[in-house]
Amino acid sequence: MIDALVAVLVLVGSSFMCLAALGILRLPDLLTRMHATTKAATLGVSLIMLGVCLHFAVEAVVARGLAIILFIMMTAPVAAHVIGRAGYFVGTRLWSGTVRDELKPHYDPLNHHLLSGLEEDDGRPDTAASGTRATDDLPGHDAPDPDADRQKG
Amino acid sequence: MSIVMLVSLAVMSLALCLTFIRLFRGPSLPDRVVAMELFSSILVGMMGVIAIATGVSFFLDVAIVVALMGFMATIGFSRFLERGGPRDD
Repeated sequence: MIDALVAVLVLVGSSFMCLAALGILRLPDLLTRMHATTKAATLGVSLIMLGVCLHFAVEAVVARGLAIILFIMMTAPVAAHVIGRAGYFVGTRLWSGTVRDELKPHYDPLNHHLLSGLEEDDGRPDTAASGTRATDDLPGHDAPDPDADRQKG
Repeated sequence: MSIVMLVSLAVMSLALCLTFIRLFRGPSLPDRVVAMELFSSILVGMMGVIAIATGVSFFLDVAIVVALMGFMATIGFSRFLERGGPRDD
């Protein structure tokens, strides 16, 4: 009974890992590749470690297996966030079928500032360096602004 | 070593090969870093399967160390990318 459960867990976990590898090979973009690898690999490692815990059923081994699951589930989102942020700042190209880049009208790559779109004109002195943006941030021009910025950029 | 463990090790070896292709021909450095992180995750899974197949539970310690090293390498590479990228301030 336990052996059958362990076999099912290990097979499902390894197939999820194979799906993650297939996703990182086939998907067209850095962000979509991260979307494939982070979740599927985390689920695969968690299932395999659950199988290890069920197979040994000793306190020390179960504690190690659960520690690995906890560690993977804590570090995988942090690592994905950090590498996605670094990839966006470095300027990796998005997929040609990308519908919408919501960070693009709010992020200034020259002075590395991120605007929320709700600032007043007398905010920080750095944001006034980019001339069009200071006037674009007035309330009341909210709706057509992202389209105009995307047409320019 | 039962047939289930052999099959799952073969599937994960195939996953390692696919990841290595992306690691080899990834167009930019963040793609390679993502592939390396997936590499370490697959290695952790393989160590779990080997621990089941051989009955040696000390492989789990090695798996903890490999997971920690993969996380630290990802953080280090992304810090390097943010500080030394082409759009450095």
